[in-house]
Formats: sequence, C-alpha cells, structure tokens
Amino acid sequence: MTAPLGLRAAIVSLTVFGVFIAVWQLGTQGSGIAADMTPEYAKLVGATASQGVSAMPGPGEVGAKLLEHFADPFYDRGSNDKGLGIQLAFSLGRVLLGYALAVLVAIPVGFLIGMSPLMSRALDPFIQILKPISPLAWMPLALYTIKDSSLSAIFVIFICSLWPMLINTAFGVAAVRREWLNVARTLEVSPLRKAFTVILPAAAPTILTGMRISVGIAWLVIVAAEMLVGGTGIGYFVWNEWNNLSITNVIVAILVIGLVGMVLDQMLARLTRLVTYSE
Amino acid sequence: MSASDKNKNAHLHGTNCGCGAHAHDGESTPLHEDSEENRLTAYTEAALMRAIIPDAVTRRTFLSAVGASTALAALSSILPLGFAGEVLAQAAPLEKKDLKIGFIPITCATPIIMAAPLGFYSKHGLNVEVIKTAGWAVIRDKTLNKEYDAAHMLSPMPLAITIGAGSTAVPYTMPAVENINGQAITLAMKHKDKRDPKDWRGFKFAVPFDYSMHNYLLRYYLAEHGIDPDQDVQTRAVPPPEMVANLRADNIDGFLAPDPVNQRAVYDGVGFIHLLSKEIWEGHPCCAFAASKEFVTQLPNTYGALLKAIIDATAFATKAENRKQIAEAIAPANYLNQPVTVVEQVLTGTYADGLGKVQTVPNRIDFAPFPYESFAVWILTQMKRWGQVKTDIDYAGVAKQVFLATDAAKLMKEVGLTPPESTTKSFTIMGKTFDPAKPEEYVQSFAIKRV
Repeated sequence: MTAPLGLRAAIVSLTVFGVFIAVWQLGTQGSGIAADMTPEYAKLVGATASQGVSAMPGPGEVGAKLLEHFADPFYDRGSNDKGLGIQLAFSLGRVLLGYALAVLVAIPVGFLIGMSPLMSRALDPFIQILKPISPLAWMPLALYTIKDSSLSAIFVIFICSLWPMLINTAFGVAAVRREWLNVARTLEVSPLRKAFTVILPAAAPTILTGMRISVGIAWLVIVAAEMLVGGTGIGYFVWNEWNNLSITNVIVAILVIGLVGMVLDQMLARLTRLVTYSE
Repeated sequence: MSASDKNKNAHLHGTNCGCGAHAHDGESTPLHEDSEENRLTAYTEAALMRAIIPDAVTRRTFLSAVGASTALAALSSILPLGFAGEVLAQAAPLEKKDLKIGFIPITCATPIIMAAPLGFYSKHGLNVEVIKTAGWAVIRDKTLNKEYDAAHMLSPMPLAITIGAGSTAVPYTMPAVENINGQAITLAMKHKDKRDPKDWRGFKFAVPFDYSMHNYLLRYYLAEHGIDPDQDVQTRAVPPPEMVANLRADNIDGFLAPDPVNQRAVYDGVGFIHLLSKEIWEGHPCCAFAASKEFVTQLPNTYGALLKAIIDATAFATKAENRKQIAEAIAPANYLNQPVTVVEQVLTGTYADGLGKVQTVPNRIDFAPFPYESFAVWILTQMKRWGQVKTDIDYAGVAKQVFLATDAAKLMKEVGLTPPESTTKSFTIMGKTFDPAKPEEYVQSFAIKRV
C-alpha cells in the first residue's frame, strides 16, 4: 500500500530539511580548541579567536535569533536601529510604490504597442536596448538626477518592473484571437469598450504573468538597492549586520526575504488563476 | 497664538525669513522670563548686525576680521543699545534646528556620533539625526544633493570636492578635524612572519577610498620602503565594513583602515595589527566634519552652533577618563554596531595586537578639532604626487578656503580649549620634514611619484 502523494512529498521534504540542518550543525562545530593565550588577552578577542568557535553560526543560533526578531519586530531604537518588521514595511512600501507606477505605465503602453503594429515596430528598438540593462546600473544616474536616495530606489524598482509587464501586455494584447476581434467589429463595439470587454479579459492571464515576473524582480532588486543607498529597509538591515559581521542576523534576513518574496509571488499566482479561462 | 508659540516661531524662522509667520519688528513679543529677555536682546543685536551688513559672507568676513566683540563695541558706541553677546552663533536664533548628519560607522566619527546620545547637539539647541551611510561615495552624493546638512568625511574629500577631483566641483568646507591617528595597517594572520614591507611585493591591499588619508599614508609608507604602490602591489578601495570579511576570505593580504576595523580583525582572529598609523606620522589628521560652503554662509548661526557642539564633543572625547563611557554610547546597533570591547580597545588604547600581546598606546586614537591649513597642503601634495590632480594647484589658497581654521579657533576658545597660535605648522613623517611653504619642492623630492 502506498501513502498519498502529498504525504510522501512531505516526508521527503522533511528528510531533506533534516539532512540540511544536520550537515549545517556538523559544519559549524568549529575546532573547539582553545588557543594558547593569556586570560587578559583572551578577554579582548572574540570567541572565534580564543576558543576556536566557528565563525559561521549553527542552526540553533539562527533559530534563537529568528525567534528574538519575531518576538519584537517593531522596535525603534533610533534612526539606524529599527526592528525587522519596520524594515520590511519600508522595503515593501518602496516596492509597491515603484511597482504601482510601473503598472500605470506598462499596461497602457503595452496595450498601445499590442494594438498598433506601427507603434510596436517603432518602439521595439528602445525596448530591446533598455530591457537588458541591470536596474542597479541606473542607480548612480538616478541619484545624480533625482537627488533623493529614497526616490532613486523607487525609480529603480519602477524601471526593473516595467519591462516584463510591458512586453507581456503587448504580447497578450497582440495575441487576442482574430475571431473575437472580428465579432466585436461586426457588433460595432466602440474601441474603448472593445479594449475593456474583449481584449482585457482575453489578455489578462498573460498580463498577470508579466506582473508576477515583475514583482519577483522588484523584490530581488530592492534588497540590492537598499544595500547601496542605506537608511532603511531590509537591504539596509542586511548591510548593517554585515557591517557588524553578524552572519546570524544576515541569515535571518535572508530567510525573511525569501518568505516575503514567496508571499508576493503567491498573491499574484492566485490573481492569475482568477482570470485564467479555458477555451 | 500664544506668546511662547510666537517665540518658538521666531527662533525657527530666523530674521531674514519672509514667510510672514512671525513678527519682524519685535513689538509683539511680550515675554516675561529673564532668560527669554536676554535671548531677545541678543536676537535684536544679531538682527541689527544683519541689517547693517546684509550679505552673510561680507558680515562674516567683517566680523572675523575685526573680531565680533570689537564690532559690537563699535556699534554700541554709535547706537544706544545694550549689546550683550557675540553675534556669531551665540544666542542668535538658529535658522534651522532639525539637521541630518551622515556618518560612516567607524570610530573616526566618534565626536559626530557621540554628540547625539550624550546630548551635545541638544545642549547647543539643535535636534540632530545622525544617519549611518553605506560608503564614502554615497555620503558625498547625499551631502551634495542636500539630503544631509553636514557629514562625516575623510579629510581629503572636502578638498577633492572643492577642486573637482573625482566629482563635480562644489565649494566645500572643513570646519573641524574629528580625530588624529586612529588608523592601522592590518595584515592577514598568514603573513605574521613578513613584517618587513620589502617582502610585500605582490600583496593586495585595501584602503577605504581613493581620496583618503589611509590611501596616502599607505602609499607613503610603502614608497619609503622602496615599494612602488602602483606597480609592486595592488591597492583597491573597499568600504571599511567589508574589509574584515575580505581578509577572512583571503581576497586581500592586508589593509590600512580606520578603526574599529583593525581591532575587529583581531577580535575575529583573522588578522594582526602590523603598525599603527601614528608610527608613520604622529598626530596625522584622519576624518573630518564637513559641510558645503552654502550651508556655512546661508545658515551661519546653525553652522556656528553645530560646529560648537562638535568641538565641545571633541573636547570631551580628548579626556582619557571619558573614553569608556563613549565606547558604551557609540557601540550599539544604532551607531557603530560593534561589540563594546572592540570599540573600547580602540578608544582606550589598551588592545590585543593579534599576536598574543596586550599593547598599551593611550593616543592610538586622539581627538583634536583644529584644522591646520598645513594638513590640507600636505594632502594636496599627495594628490599631486600620485597623479590624482594633473593641473597646478594653488596649495595655500585652496587650503585656506576649505579648512576653516579661524572659525574653529574661535569656537575652541568658547568651549575651553586652547587653539594653536598659527594655522600652519611643519611636521615630520617617517623622518622627513614637511615645509608647508614649499609644497611643490616637497612633491618633487620623492623618488617614487607619478608627476
């Protein structure tokens, strides 16, 4: 008799996790040999130097730190030391703002490109050149022209979420089936109504796929952008803890970044499922 | 609107403010407390001084030329007014109270940072937010685009910005040095037997920034030992926080870095302190408090109060008995984000050297605010020496324009320090004497140079 697939998958997942934790624990044992030094000297250096403790934290330490952060996510001890929750809120705020701006630009322009072969041909070279540019490459230029680091970060999010949405929207709109457009034409539907009642529902799954890709990229980029400009946000948190060589906190941040990224992605996946239709 | 509100507004907006939210003539300020009256007198005097010489630059030049008290004495002989205080940055209303100051999390920034938790800014009527910043280029850009009112910079940076080396040229000023000494050469543990710089050919070194004392001192040290810093070794700019990690990862062989980076490398067992920078040049300037010329001239009272707070904090930091308290105040995550013991070892000068010995060097880092113009001249000679500046430099002119020695001297007296008599001095670096009057000859005197 075999157990249901879900259960088997869960068992495999747990085993992988268990092996990973065990290897991690073993790998961070450290030499454990106390170095040969006077007690006064040993007091002045860290445990890594004096007792051979591994510089890499073990799973226990990371777990404890994680609980500590979850217990008090919104503390505020001055402008350079805020809780993980506050930092995440700053990052999410920037991502959502930049992303919303990108939606406002990408979807109308994508419609235009998708519906007009002329515009499609005319704008194509620009899109092809601008698309592959790493969003962070815009950062110095943004800092120099916008003259505000927070707005620059938002601009970088905007520019990186723009292209997947734009291209997917254009593609989705252009790929709406001829028959449906012809029916609309036969019924003498106004262009605006055609766009909203025929093209939009037909292209919605493709558009949302583009939006899903975009939000993923935006979340990837915000961490890097905040590491560059500093101040607030989860990226700044990583940088600040890196500054303190606190690998434990860096790992905690990595886990949290992963979790939030997954939630964002799942939200758009749900939305995509809502608008998906079968022919 | 209550009287106290009005008074607050007058202070917030200053006399030249055209916002209309406050009275300019002083008739509508029925204040009762003595202190308020005193402040009002000073306020009227300052306003009068402004009315007589409206242009901020001229006024400041005039005041510093004749001395504020002389100017006031002269004025009060003509005008029937009871002049009570000095004009520059005394009880005169602050144009702006909420300030943002950027810093890099290193012990060089001690006076700027500690002035926040230990209340030096609030003592001088300012509400300052000190903001940790990711790197020197970012701090430069954020100050240039006015997100920060003033910043912690490396002392060559205001000079470089002013003459436009490595950035757009913006007139910049450096009203105070923050710390002297306070750097060290740290090498990876595997090089503990290579203590002679002649064995360092092929090494990869890190310095915090191209325009830094660290870069110039490392180059100087190497060149004096016959190692060409451009050809025999590699030097690259690495932000201080990443240096220890790079040393651990074996990406670099060593660095000349600001503390606490050196001590942190020892703390984590990845490096040892080869040489303190004070052994290269005893009393060299390191980091600085910098602000744009615009800030200094347009908000003279705020600038005065801020500089006074910094000099006051510096005076506090000079005393050895305060160092432990400072270490505890600046070590938390909000500021340096380092273990307290690391910061304490740097500030007290009793430290582990990474080779198993406890060393005692009380002036490993010291704090002395006076921005000698000859420091600036030396820095400019090194920019010239290493080819960062190709054109001719007006050494003395740039030094005088950027390093505001006169202001610092005046405010040092007010907080009880004794400023030096002269704004220039000669000094000796690794046995070689520098004469600030002959910068070009000094540049030419080196065997290894890029001129």
